[in-house]
Amino acid sequence: MPGDEYLEGIFQVQGRDFVDAGIVSSEIKKKLKEKGIPESIIRKAAVVTFEAEINIISYAEQGTIQYYIEPDSITIEAKDVGAGIEDIELALQEGYSTADDSIRELGFGAGMGLANIKRFSDEFEISSVPREGTYVRSTIYLNGK
Amino acid sequence: MTLAQIKELLDAEVIVGDDKLDLEIKTAFGADLMSDVLAFARSGCLLITGLSNPQSVRTAYALDIAAIIVCRGKALTDKFIDIAKELGIPILWTQYIMFEACGRLYREGITGCVREILVEDKTSAR
Amino acid sequence: MTLEAIVEQLGLKCKCCWEKLKRDVEGGYAGDLLSDVMANSSAGNIWVTRQVHQNIVAVASLKEHAGVVIVQGAVPDKDTLEKAQKEGIPIIVSDMSEFEVVGKIYHLMYHG
Repeated sequence: MPGDEYLEGIFQVQGRDFVDAGIVSSEIKKKLKEKGIPESIIRKAAVVTFEAEINIISYAEQGTIQYYIEPDSITIEAKDVGAGIEDIELALQEGYSTADDSIRELGFGAGMGLANIKRFSDEFEISSVPREGTYVRSTIYLNGK
Repeated sequence: MTLAQIKELLDAEVIVGDDKLDLEIKTAFGADLMSDVLAFARSGCLLITGLSNPQSVRTAYALDIAAIIVCRGKALTDKFIDIAKELGIPILWTQYIMFEACGRLYREGITGCVREILVEDKTSAR
Repeated sequence: MTLEAIVEQLGLKCKCCWEKLKRDVEGGYAGDLLSDVMANSSAGNIWVTRQVHQNIVAVASLKEHAGVVIVQGAVPDKDTLEKAQKEGIPIIVSDMSEFEVVGKIYHLMYHG
């Protein structure tokens, strides 16, 4: 777990708040740009954050996204309170989705979210307790491509 | 081709980014599902979508996508336009359906872009 | 132009209802938002999408599409194929992106 001295920011995310989906991703991207982090790394972080945000909005009641900048890596942590995930292995499969039609109509729910987060992470951790919530942590190395 | 040429080709209106019409576009990605864009689209491409909500702008921003063309004559909200201005993403708008827009661009030599999919398995879930 | 000609010339793979490939294609529609496809596509269209769940069969059937092409290497759900078989809707797949597939179909249909 990164030390608090590396904690750069905490954002609140409200469940079902689709209108603001992606705000945290954009904010984190702006901050990383200011810090001079390489573009390709920023892109990965932005995608990971975006997907984590969408998951909280789509499936949870509320959550937080925190990000840390360490000497060699960036870490994004998403925690939420909500239904949680019954079967993590299944949820990680590309194309597996529990999205309802309203989510699909907004352009989400293709079942790529967790797979995308994993794809762009150098280290990836996920845990969940059904009916309580989910925790996702993604670490991206600064010297990655 | 440039955004200016794309504007002509697709009888499009420039909603945001009048000053960026000489941007060079070589690749395009057509999608309504933002997760697909996040997974597969490459930076610098033109995003062709029927999704005219703020998330499509934020998705484009996350990936450094060059510009968005909203097709199907989909109505744009002020919020969408404001966010595009704020994040500096040119927006074109056309009545053509996605099928027609992609077809025409392809004919002009624009190619599809698909980011290389990383094959290695990362550390797994606990 | 028949669906069969498109499938053959583009090297696409048909996953079910091969007997329906002789259908004529009239126009194409690309999109992933079901309500939009319902509202704006037409009978005889070849529908290009990334959606894989069984609702696409209901939409294609309702709108009398010639067939559905699922792109980007997406894998149709088992339910989708079963339903498509029942409804007589050919489900075709491709590894190419939506842009590439649409571009090639468009070219074949209007300039080939």
